[in-house]
Amino acid sequence: MSDHPLTFFGAALAARPSGALWWASERLLAVSDLHLGKSERMARRGGPLLPPYEGTDTLLRLDSEIAALAPRTVICLGDSFDDAEARLTEDEALWLARLMAGRRWIWIAGNHDPAPMETGGEHHAEWRAGALTFRHEPIAGATGEVAGHYHPKARLAGRSRPCFLVDAARIVMPAFGTYTGGLSCTAPDLRALMGDGALAVLTGPQALAVPLAAL
Amino acid sequence: MAPDLPAPFCDWFAARDWAPHAHQLALLDRADHPATLLVAPTGGGKTLAGFLPSLIEIAQNRHEGLHTLYISPLKALAADIRRNLTRPIDEMGLPIRVEDRSGDTRATAKRRQRADPPQILLTTPESLALLLSYPDAPRIFAGLSRVIVDEIHALAESKRGDQLMLCLARLQRLRPELRRVGLSATVEDPQAIARFLAPTGAAPDLLHADPGPDPDIAMLATEDPPPWAGGGGRYAIPAILDQVRRHRTTLIFHNTRAQAEIFFRDLWLANDDGLPIGIHHGSLARTQREKVEAAMAEGALRAVVCTGSLDLGIDWGDVDLVIQVGAPKNVKRLVQRIGRANHRYNAPSKALLVPANRFEVVECRAALEAVRAHDLDGDPRGPGPRDVLCQHILMAACSAPFAADDLFAEVTQAAPYATLSRADFDACLDFVATGGYALRAYDRWQRLMQRDGLWQLRDPRAAQRIRMNLGTIVDSELVKVRLRGRGGAALGEIEEAFAATLSPGDTFLIGGEIVRYEGLREMTVEVSRDRGREPKIAVFSGTKFATSTQLSARILTMFGRTDWPDLPAHTRDWLATQRRLSRLPEPGRLLVESFPHEGREHLCIYGFAGRNAMQTLGLLLTRRMEEEGLAPLGFVSTDYAVLIWGLDPAPDPAALFDPARLRDGFETWLAGNAVMKRTFRSVAQIAGLIERNLPGLRKTGRQATFSTDILYDTLARHDPDHLLMQITREEAMRGLVDFGRIEEMLARTGGRIDSLRLARVTPLAAPLLLEAGRIPVEGLGRERLAAQEAAALMAAAGLAAPAATA
Repeated sequence: MSDHPLTFFGAALAARPSGALWWASERLLAVSDLHLGKSERMARRGGPLLPPYEGTDTLLRLDSEIAALAPRTVICLGDSFDDAEARLTEDEALWLARLMAGRRWIWIAGNHDPAPMETGGEHHAEWRAGALTFRHEPIAGATGEVAGHYHPKARLAGRSRPCFLVDAARIVMPAFGTYTGGLSCTAPDLRALMGDGALAVLTGPQALAVPLAAL
Repeated sequence: MAPDLPAPFCDWFAARDWAPHAHQLALLDRADHPATLLVAPTGGGKTLAGFLPSLIEIAQNRHEGLHTLYISPLKALAADIRRNLTRPIDEMGLPIRVEDRSGDTRATAKRRQRADPPQILLTTPESLALLLSYPDAPRIFAGLSRVIVDEIHALAESKRGDQLMLCLARLQRLRPELRRVGLSATVEDPQAIARFLAPTGAAPDLLHADPGPDPDIAMLATEDPPPWAGGGGRYAIPAILDQVRRHRTTLIFHNTRAQAEIFFRDLWLANDDGLPIGIHHGSLARTQREKVEAAMAEGALRAVVCTGSLDLGIDWGDVDLVIQVGAPKNVKRLVQRIGRANHRYNAPSKALLVPANRFEVVECRAALEAVRAHDLDGDPRGPGPRDVLCQHILMAACSAPFAADDLFAEVTQAAPYATLSRADFDACLDFVATGGYALRAYDRWQRLMQRDGLWQLRDPRAAQRIRMNLGTIVDSELVKVRLRGRGGAALGEIEEAFAATLSPGDTFLIGGEIVRYEGLREMTVEVSRDRGREPKIAVFSGTKFATSTQLSARILTMFGRTDWPDLPAHTRDWLATQRRLSRLPEPGRLLVESFPHEGREHLCIYGFAGRNAMQTLGLLLTRRMEEEGLAPLGFVSTDYAVLIWGLDPAPDPAALFDPARLRDGFETWLAGNAVMKRTFRSVAQIAGLIERNLPGLRKTGRQATFSTDILYDTLARHDPDHLLMQITREEAMRGLVDFGRIEEMLARTGGRIDSLRLARVTPLAAPLLLEAGRIPVEGLGRERLAAQEAAALMAAAGLAAPAATA
């Protein structure tokens, strides 16, 4: 498992192959767009009954990042829950509580979960740490921004994978949730957002960096 | 002259100096039989035979409302039949309304058809399923008396046939007196199709029309011998053009769309006389295809290069020659294709076979012998697939609440589901209602709920979404190709995976023209015309058919002869040399040759199990060799053999074929295989786990369409025995993986393995060295490839080039 190291506004960060962002000196782990409760929401609305394991799967991967890194702070960058009525199963809720125990846990509001959920932890619209601002949806013109929302993906060697997008001003994180589609990093919205010289860092078995312009 | 016909019909035939065919009268005679299958060659007046009893009944009894439902696999066929039926109806002045209904029919016309159905409705299996999903289905079908299923042999080959039979069982419950007629081309086992058509318990009734004279079929003589390997038949173009010149209209069939495209281009480069020649295949835009069809009907084309898209249906003008390029792979399909030439009854159809390479000379010869012996091939139908049943249960729930016992009784009336166990039915119902997961997560949000003993949709609004997803045709992910610019013409479709490999400036062939990739916009590939470059080749989803078991057996039997006077001299010599230097494969034995070649060790296995199974065998054997440290580097497979190369010779090749170990390796390998994911995608779509037609979602492009690979991986990890995983496994075994034919090969050869060590490549193995489609064996291949590509892109951008020497 090899990280891709990033220096961003003086902070030494690592883009993890899992799709999490690690700030070693602060012992801070950021993940974005967990979309917990997604399959339940689709079922509630009369749609297909997807395999109800995505919460377990997402928590399993988050658990292994936390076990590997022992973060002091975990930030979930919004859209952590698929909607306001999202309910975790009892097992999932206990699991989440166990992960939250003994560390600072920050929920950032997203468009899917604008109001705080009954999960404990802190709730913020956005959160600043040093020169960095963590928020859900990127704001044009912002700097030092770490955001999510777009679920960027990139295609390399015939395979599409979730990816980080990184330029001098911001980092757009990939979605960490299991049932999350993606927006191609070549989409006009993302092209317009990212500056010249932006990198895409693909997740997967290892983190792979590619110039965004080459995709 | 036709005493059985009532007056207007008799007069109508007489006025045209026609006499009804014997089978048309025979079918009329049996009009009261619950299910009759008519097998007739093309041009035998099959369709009129099917409709004649309906026309007479409606005319005599002044039947109001829907009387006859006609179902065909092609929308175009329904429209064509409407034109053909309207003529005699008008000429006889019969009070009969005929309408067609398909996805192309306007919404207003559809609504009117439901309120006031015509006496004869022409439609497709999918449109029928949709009609049955409406609560007013009992009223729509209230007077239905007959169902005609056209081209039933084609429908029986896919899940569309299973779905149709479930729908007919439903119709039969609404109308117990409903009578069924199936119309079929020549097939290997007409009894099986007759049983497929008949409701459970009804005796199938079979009627054979006079098959007409045997076809006039031969191998095309060419000046140059065919090449050693490859496909496409480019070498035969001068001889083919010569034949086109000597006939009115020639159909030139190819086995794949990509080959049709390449051949069409090469043909035009050699077409010095500028003969009008068109191209037709399933990836072309509908307008393009319709243009070609219209030109053919007018007799404006001298030849059409085509694929299976012209296998069925409509009478396209005056075809007097069929050319099959590449070995036919399957004798039944060959015979049906030959039938496309000469739509006049009682005239022999004329056909020429063009082997694309040296081995196919043998295969074509074997196919010719099979055609002459009327020895058709085909695999027996398996039991009705459960994903189709799941969809049917959803459809039933859309129409009305149902009791499980009643629905079970109904579906087992459909022949493909006659042996369905109650437990399997209940598992499908449970999947539809609750998801069927080991983790019972959807108690509150079940899709179907049981109220007062009846199953129904929890949320009735879901019906609309379910209706939009009815049907069993699953497209591979295709993107449209369009000429750049406002209102640019649609050219056709290419696979999304192929589109993803294109960069601006790349060129590919579509519809016989070279186009240049400009960009991807809103899921449409934009291109511009580009003359005079060597194109990249479009990769189409066209199925690669495997040579049938029967045809493979014939080839092996041919090898057993002492000499082959019927084969061209070059091929005779080739086989004789192989026999002298090594040996020829035999029916009950497995020939395995090993030899060094260009510094690599080679192993050639003549399994004759068809291309899908041989490819699977290649993957399994190289895995085993990897385990044994034999360092395999790659392999290539064809319908008849797999050639493996590596660093070390296998000390005991026969040991690699231990069936138990092969099966073991297979189980592990299968789970993570891309073929499984592809199969899962179609199963999940048919069973209703994922939706394809959600309005508006595709456009947003985000979150809505996560890949079904994720669902497959999730199930494989957390619920590997889920119903859809079971169905996926079953299908992959039969289909793309085709492990069944590996089993068949192991059983046929029963451990009788002839393992020969030779000093050099043998005549029979040599063509494999030239075969395209080599598959490298690399454990971490894809990952390494991605890493290399990423590094190259970074270096090109001058970013992070480690140890740069500048």
